[in-house]
Amino acid sequence: MPHAPRRATSGSRRYWKNRLLSPYLTIGELHLRLKRRELSCADVAQAALERIRTVDGRVRAFLTVTEEAASRGVAQAEARFRDGTATPLTGIPAAIKDNMCTRGIRTSCGSRMLEDFVPPYNATVVERLQAAGMVMVGKTNMDEFAMGSSTENSAFFPTHNPWDLKRVPGGSSGGSAAAVASGEVAFALGSDTGGSIRQPAGFCSLAGLKPTYGLVPRYGLVAFASSLDQIGPFTRSVADCALVLQAIVGHDLRDSTSIPDQVPDYSRALQTDIKGLRLGMPIEYFPPGLEPGVADVLKQAIGVLEGLGARVEWGISLPSTLYALPTYYIIAPSECSANLARYDGVKYGFSAHGGSNMWEDMEQTRQQGFGPEVKRRIMLGTYALSAGYYDAYYLKAQKVRTLIRRELEVAFERCDALVTPSSPTVPFRLGEKVDDPIQMYLSDIFTIPVNIAGIPALTLPAGFVEGLPVGMQLMGKGLSEETLLRIGHAFQEATDWHQQAPPL
Amino acid sequence: MALTQEEVSHIAKLARLGLSAEDVERMREQLSSILEHFQVLQGLDTSDILPTAYVVPLHSVLREDLSEDSFSPEDILANAPRPEEGYFRVQAVLEE
Repeated sequence: MPHAPRRATSGSRRYWKNRLLSPYLTIGELHLRLKRRELSCADVAQAALERIRTVDGRVRAFLTVTEEAASRGVAQAEARFRDGTATPLTGIPAAIKDNMCTRGIRTSCGSRMLEDFVPPYNATVVERLQAAGMVMVGKTNMDEFAMGSSTENSAFFPTHNPWDLKRVPGGSSGGSAAAVASGEVAFALGSDTGGSIRQPAGFCSLAGLKPTYGLVPRYGLVAFASSLDQIGPFTRSVADCALVLQAIVGHDLRDSTSIPDQVPDYSRALQTDIKGLRLGMPIEYFPPGLEPGVADVLKQAIGVLEGLGARVEWGISLPSTLYALPTYYIIAPSECSANLARYDGVKYGFSAHGGSNMWEDMEQTRQQGFGPEVKRRIMLGTYALSAGYYDAYYLKAQKVRTLIRRELEVAFERCDALVTPSSPTVPFRLGEKVDDPIQMYLSDIFTIPVNIAGIPALTLPAGFVEGLPVGMQLMGKGLSEETLLRIGHAFQEATDWHQQAPPL
Repeated sequence: MALTQEEVSHIAKLARLGLSAEDVERMREQLSSILEHFQVLQGLDTSDILPTAYVVPLHSVLREDLSEDSFSPEDILANAPRPEEGYFRVQAVLEE
């Protein structure tokens, strides 16, 4: 570049480093620069920590910033570039949702109950990302115990959407989404029980994947609803999503729900075009009440996919979708009430001990340690499982679960993927739904059926309405991650929505 | 599907969850309204449908019963609210 301004060496070096280190680089772009030694792992980690210092006061994505863990990660990553064992994730700054155990680093789950809990072990996904060479820079904010859709249920503070700081980032993995969207890290892990990765990915204009139930091991993930929970990545691009997924999938002896199958090569799946793929738009996901801007963005996005050779199958209807929300809000709280019975103030976590006997201590521990939404769900679940009501609620919900699953299986005989909005609205304002549990629950109406059926779904940026992100969700049959990533990647080759940066 | 305060207090007891009088009333209103929304399921005929508990058809997973290293007592007790001489201290469980 002959006409580029040349200044003193140190100045121009800083100039180029800044150019090489935009906060919005993808994992793929960072990896190339690290491999070519244009940047060191220390440069990249320092830039991430600096970015956190600059913007996190406004975004509040992090509960804990782990500078020590980052510098240990940098030393290991540098060594791997030297000895030639670097992977695509080596030296890449990452954030982990605070419900995944990190040895020696507080794992609070967004709750007073675990405010001082320091796990003696790493979750399998953390172990695997460390083996791949990631540089962990922090643990992210979340709705308490992953129960919520806005991150306002965090016991500590709400997180703000980088696209509009007055609005929510979605939830429950809102901290992870905001950390990636604000350029603080290149990727993050979240967990998804009813949409907790896909809804915030849509709200923050990111790629977010909920893998097939059982694909990613959950050892070390704080349990919420065991038949629904899955871990997955938040990234800027779908190609990055494939890289992170590759690093965390695969059988784990410590998780009895882990699928023992051979793992495919996800990045390789991106190389095939989408000509002839059949896409369905289930009418229940495009109701008359859908926000007009969201509907328009989705129509345009589907037009792009058609232009790439995909075929739209008309007339797909999934009538049981209407029953998914009540089914979910019976199954998830029931399982939560059983899983959260372990917080008794004895072995770890918050403990009240002013009572006159053991039961009083336990009741006070749970009264003071849990926030309102967690209590609401424990109560709902305890009721649904209690004598006399089990058949009417939990068993009934499990039967409806079968109906919802079967209906999706039939749809996947006609379609390779279903295309829907990831949420019926653009990101809402902080405080807007916090006092109305049912309105809050409705914001997950398009993501919940996926968890009920155990299938995978990918959210990716589809456009904007007045500067606010709209997400597109692609659902596929069990273990169809390759197809979903392939469709998403083809869409991103043809559009630049995922390359937009928020006005931070 | 309106719950009574007594029912709410009974559920709280089952869940070992302390609730203030205010909490009980707020919980009664909110749970009643949420349960109302569940009623739609009762209209579905599911008499011939088998329930789905887990979506992956995996069966009981067993491994060889081998002894291996585990956490040290110090590691485990590091998070205990009231550790004492290698134990978790609790109030008396058995009463006189």
